[in-house]
Amino acid sequence: MSTITPPAPTSQAPADPYDLQSTVLPRWAPTAVGVAALGAVAMLFAVTPLYGNAQLVLSTAVVFVLGLTALSALYEGARQAKDRFATTLVYCAFVLALVPLVSVLGYTLVKGLGRLDLDFLTRSMRNVGPRDSYGGAYHAILGTLQQVAIASVIAVPIGVLTAVYLVEYGKGRLAKVITFFVDVMTGIPSIVAGLFILSFWVLGLGRGYSGFAGGLALSILMVPVVVRSSEEMLKLVPDELREASLALGVPRWRTILKVVIPTAIAGIVTGIMLAVARVTGETAPVLVTVFGFDSINANPFNGPQSSLPLYVFSENGRGLQFATDRAWAAALTLILIVMLLNLMARAIARFFAPKTSR
Amino acid sequence: MAKRIDVSGLSAYYGKVPAIEDVSMTIEPRAITAFIGPSGCGKSTFLRTLNRMHEVIPGTRVDGKVMLDDEDLYGPGVDPVAVRRTVGMVFQRPNPFPTMSIAENVAAGRRLNGTRMSSKETAEVVERSLRGANLWDEVKDRLDRPGSGLSGGQQQRLCIARAIAVEPAVLLMDEPCSALDPISTLAIEDLMNELKERYTIVIVTHNMQQAARVSDATAFFTIAGAGKPGRLIEMDSTSKIFSNPSERRTEDYITGRFG
Repeated sequence: MSTITPPAPTSQAPADPYDLQSTVLPRWAPTAVGVAALGAVAMLFAVTPLYGNAQLVLSTAVVFVLGLTALSALYEGARQAKDRFATTLVYCAFVLALVPLVSVLGYTLVKGLGRLDLDFLTRSMRNVGPRDSYGGAYHAILGTLQQVAIASVIAVPIGVLTAVYLVEYGKGRLAKVITFFVDVMTGIPSIVAGLFILSFWVLGLGRGYSGFAGGLALSILMVPVVVRSSEEMLKLVPDELREASLALGVPRWRTILKVVIPTAIAGIVTGIMLAVARVTGETAPVLVTVFGFDSINANPFNGPQSSLPLYVFSENGRGLQFATDRAWAAALTLILIVMLLNLMARAIARFFAPKTSR
Repeated sequence: MAKRIDVSGLSAYYGKVPAIEDVSMTIEPRAITAFIGPSGCGKSTFLRTLNRMHEVIPGTRVDGKVMLDDEDLYGPGVDPVAVRRTVGMVFQRPNPFPTMSIAENVAAGRRLNGTRMSSKETAEVVERSLRGANLWDEVKDRLDRPGSGLSGGQQQRLCIARAIAVEPAVLLMDEPCSALDPISTLAIEDLMNELKERYTIVIVTHNMQQAARVSDATAFFTIAGAGKPGRLIEMDSTSKIFSNPSERRTEDYITGRFG
């Protein structure tokens, strides 16, 4: 009778193959390795010609990942070491992704908060020179809100209805063609959408610059995003619900209206809000269709308007201290508006979400 | 209210592939008819042809006749939506509408059909249907809570309540207990026995004991091989099928020699 020996684990005595015990690094080990890595790298930077804060952080991250993996390989074994490696890499990637987000937000806050007051929010740039310290962005806020509202009014019904067609009805060639063109539209550079409206609407039909023209250009950018996100959300609605409704003798259109869309509405609203947030920050198409204006023009259908991205662009371009301050304050306003829209989307999504509580 | 179903020469296709071929049978009113057979033999497909749910899947087709009393469900000018109001259906997995409360789920068939009802009428329909599904006592205090918060068995009875709220003549059940535990299964079986006083009930089941327990008549389907269409082998009273079937294949199946 020959004995079957398990493949001998490295170095150690023939281990019990059913041994459930294993060495585990203490909970504080990652922290300790992190601190040690920072110390080691800082010392290295002190004695060698290496320099720079970003370099220091990145080097520390690399040393930390490698150090923790090595330590784990020594004490815990190969599988746990791979796990540590992947885990630390994931966390590092998360922190790295957060860096630009936090720094953009923080920097804009620091630079913009000083000038962001009631005066800034309620005044226009009428008769304000580049060297003047006063002046506001009311006209730009108004313009942005109107243009985005116009774009949404146009793009949301088209987008959602297209998605409904694609998911609920479109099975043949037409659906494929629509999907293809939606994909193509997603890739249109925003300036091209702006130039299209400029040549077709503003100049071709002779309608002139207006907030409405800007809304048209933005709606071109919004439609594919709304179609795509709504389509994905409608696809997530289980077929069982459609069948349950149809089996009750409910016509298809009512099934879509009363069962499918309400089930997906939270996701659809979120998608719409993301599309809105995206076009709110567009500068190029607005520049060529709305033109920009220093006074308040509350009528989006006639005459040039301003918009926040455009305002940031033009104020920043002046290169003077007060103008730059205004640009930062407007940028902060823009971020706040987009954030507010996102919060609203979340609230709406939560309000509409399918109720699952027991 | 309950109606007799008379099927003759019915075949159903997915694209060009036939799922069942040339089925003829009579389903008696005020009785429970069970369909048994191995997976993929077309029982569910056949069940779905009885309320024109088969054609909901794109590329499907049905040949043959399904007479509901004296009306052909596949005749010209027949509205599939009206058919589905007359022939209700309960599915394998409980599927309450997640956006609706328990009461709204029950009233869904009526409300989604566009019937305007006063809140008093709605409350009556909800109570009657929930009582009919033996669920009233368990949920009467939380009618406005979401239906998805109920247990699996309760959800399935909610779906039955939803189906009977539109007062169909026939109730089709596609493996209604396969996702449920024995206690909930028993509750549903008791319910079926009560419901058969008023409805024609057709049930697809993989559980032969269940077929033997609840049904009055049993139909056995099978396929000759993969890719071949399913066929009806034998249909008779349940006691005959389970004690002395006339077909060898039926006996093999119910005694467990195959399938």
